[in-house]
Amino acid sequence: MNATRIGYALLIVLALVAPLFAYPVFLMKALCFALFACAFNLLLGYAGLMSFGHAMFFGMAGYFYGHVVKAWNLAPEAGLLAGVAGAALLGLVTGALAIRRQGIYFAMITLAFAQMVYFFCIQAPFTGGEDGLQGIPRTALLGGLIPIKDDKVLYYVVLAIFLFGYAAIYRTIHSPFGQVLKAIRDNEQRAKSLGYEADRYKLLAFVLSAALAGLAGATKAMVQQFATLTDVAASTSGEVVLMALVGGLGTIIGPVVGAFIIVTMQNYLAFTGEFVLVIQGAIFVVIVLAFRKGVVGELADWWKRRQAR
Amino acid sequence: MFELLGIPPQALFGQLLLGLINGAFYAMLSLGLAVIFGMLNVINFTHGAQYMMGAFAAWLLLGILDVPFWASLVLAPIIVGLFGIVLEKLLLKRIYHLDHLYGFLLTFGLALVIEGLFQWKWGSSGAPYPNPIPGGFNLGFMFLPTYRGFVVVAALVICLATWYGIERTKLGAYLRAATENPTLVRAFGINVPRLITLTYGLGVALAALAGVLAAPIQQVSALMGVNLVLVVFAVVVIGGMGSIMGSIVTGFGLGLVEGLTKVFYPPASNTVIFVVMALVLLIKPAGLFGQTK
Amino acid sequence: MAETLLKVAGLQAWYGESHILHGVDFEIRRGELVTLLGRNGAGKTTTLRSIMGILGKRTGSIAFEGRETIGMTSDHIARLGIAYCPEERGIFSSLNVDENLRLPPVVKPGGLSIEEIYKLFPNLLERRHSQGTKLSGGEQQMLAIGRILRTGANLLLLDEPTEGLAPVIVQRIGEIIRQLKSRGFTILLVEQNFHFAATVADRHYVMEDGRVIDTVASSDVQQSIGKLQSYLGV
Repeated sequence: MNATRIGYALLIVLALVAPLFAYPVFLMKALCFALFACAFNLLLGYAGLMSFGHAMFFGMAGYFYGHVVKAWNLAPEAGLLAGVAGAALLGLVTGALAIRRQGIYFAMITLAFAQMVYFFCIQAPFTGGEDGLQGIPRTALLGGLIPIKDDKVLYYVVLAIFLFGYAAIYRTIHSPFGQVLKAIRDNEQRAKSLGYEADRYKLLAFVLSAALAGLAGATKAMVQQFATLTDVAASTSGEVVLMALVGGLGTIIGPVVGAFIIVTMQNYLAFTGEFVLVIQGAIFVVIVLAFRKGVVGELADWWKRRQAR
Repeated sequence: MFELLGIPPQALFGQLLLGLINGAFYAMLSLGLAVIFGMLNVINFTHGAQYMMGAFAAWLLLGILDVPFWASLVLAPIIVGLFGIVLEKLLLKRIYHLDHLYGFLLTFGLALVIEGLFQWKWGSSGAPYPNPIPGGFNLGFMFLPTYRGFVVVAALVICLATWYGIERTKLGAYLRAATENPTLVRAFGINVPRLITLTYGLGVALAALAGVLAAPIQQVSALMGVNLVLVVFAVVVIGGMGSIMGSIVTGFGLGLVEGLTKVFYPPASNTVIFVVMALVLLIKPAGLFGQTK
Repeated sequence: MAETLLKVAGLQAWYGESHILHGVDFEIRRGELVTLLGRNGAGKTTTLRSIMGILGKRTGSIAFEGRETIGMTSDHIARLGIAYCPEERGIFSSLNVDENLRLPPVVKPGGLSIEEIYKLFPNLLERRHSQGTKLSGGEQQMLAIGRILRTGANLLLLDEPTEGLAPVIVQRIGEIIRQLKSRGFTILLVEQNFHFAATVADRHYVMEDGRVIDTVASSDVQQSIGKLQSYLGV
């Protein structure tokens, strides 16, 4: 579709000039959450699996990144790779167990595993416990070619990482693999009777989603130079659900919109302290009751109605 | 006297008692979750917040109106149960026709709102609730604080009463039948929507009752139910939600497992229930008492 | 002639988006036994479900004892004195036979007592502590009929009570239905098994494509047999 192409082109131009108008650190944080939300939505929107424990991949990858870069003194690339690989491995183990149950049980199981990872992180020595890992150095990328100490430079690196992740998700959804996933989501029995091993597809989707959530988490650690318990906590798992929900489940751009809305909101409402949680909770309630399609879904509907007129 | 692998009996039995107490709460909360899920098709994420509200109700009743613990044991669950009924009538009933996921998200949102409001009003550091029955017994092998013994017995009685109510009474028969086929039960002349509201109220009241019992043992705080509800989810996955007796046995059993872990390998005590969950998923994915559908 | 107990006029009904009933008209007088005949998909079951109020959307008129019920919920309709025995029987597996039997609440005086029901179905008495769904198909059908006799409902809606049962049991159910009629119950029976229906009913309504297209009195069945066979495609 041409309109979509033009839309994407405009968005990319906007992303390229954005640091002129907004703080790069804020933009980078939002991009990390946007990638995280897209990864989550790949699983829920296209495979019908609701993980309520995605913070374990996001947060653990941050710790892996921090450990590799700070304690082992390796390059940021190695940190990112470690984050992605670690999250994928964690996804493989928890996913293999979680897909043994369906529906709402799947959500409860992923939530429980994430809680287990959270308790582990409180006690494990390499996470720094309550303090987290602080002061992760920003050493230059590509053997010194790209100095990322400058936020503006780093912004373009993060943008590139985000676009890479987004493209990977886009390709997955539009590949034959993505078609099978959707078939399983819509009618698992039927997909099985057509000869697809549903569990293997689900597990692969889960690992992929975990790996991309890990990429987002490691990138966030690179940007903020720390990794803390907040990123593995259940509240973060809830936040990513909220982002995808606000933007629109099952729309590919929705989670990006949702992430920007929620991160912006948190920024502006930070002064209210605990009240941010109350507002987030209220948004959950309102969206579930009245706007289940999310911002992008509702806009698309509105546009369709307009066209039909 | 006797020592087990170098563990003094006082420590062993002390931890077992703590485990039983935690197990009592797991049992009461997972029971409520299972009954609510059966009728409403909603996993009630607000359960932890409603447990907290039970403890807060008792604490406020004492602090403001000087209502003693024993009266709160009845009053607080009624108050919180009524609050649950309002929630059901205003919000939950609008989503029964949707996927389970939406009920989960809606009640998660409600939990955030409720816990956030309590935290905003009363902060997150806890307040103590005076022990209504101080003192205890020396059993020879351990010291048993009277109130803690009372909690275990009371929880057991409450769980068995719930089992009796569901499995042996007329109202329970309506509940079981409506869980299976609400449309037909309604076509027999039973007001099923009211039954659903009542079930939610009772499930919530059960959570609040657990909260009141917990108040003298734990600090009464806005976030006391946050982690608990996540553990209870694991308990529910382990037990399966099909059987009332199964929920009770699983709840108490896991509490004991947790207590024993605290004795023999303390660092794993927070995570042992999740490890058990992983093992159960490996060996019997439908849960210990669940039917494979 | 007895008064009209149930009068259905211009009844339309929908399952989600699909329009199933396109204006059904018929009536039943007090004490009558009437059947709805027709092929699969003619709308017989949907008609029963519409009368019972367990269908999403319906329009037209359904008057029971002169009261319009089209806007009522199904629990309200049941309390007026209409009882429903569904095609799939709807025995509850988490209830034993006795609990299944006692489940529907009494809505009016005049129903059978538990003892009378057990006398009518001695098998059920023997197995009253068994899980409801552990019974044989025939026993489950008897349980499904038995449990709506206690409530005092005077109009019974029976959906294919003979489906999938052995001839001996079909015969037994026929006897029971005749007994119920002689006790004064008004019965609306949905049947595919015309030979069974012919032995018990006062009158037959033939349905096709969501409408009642013909009425055949029991006394005219012999003359109309050819016509009926063409309706039913047998």
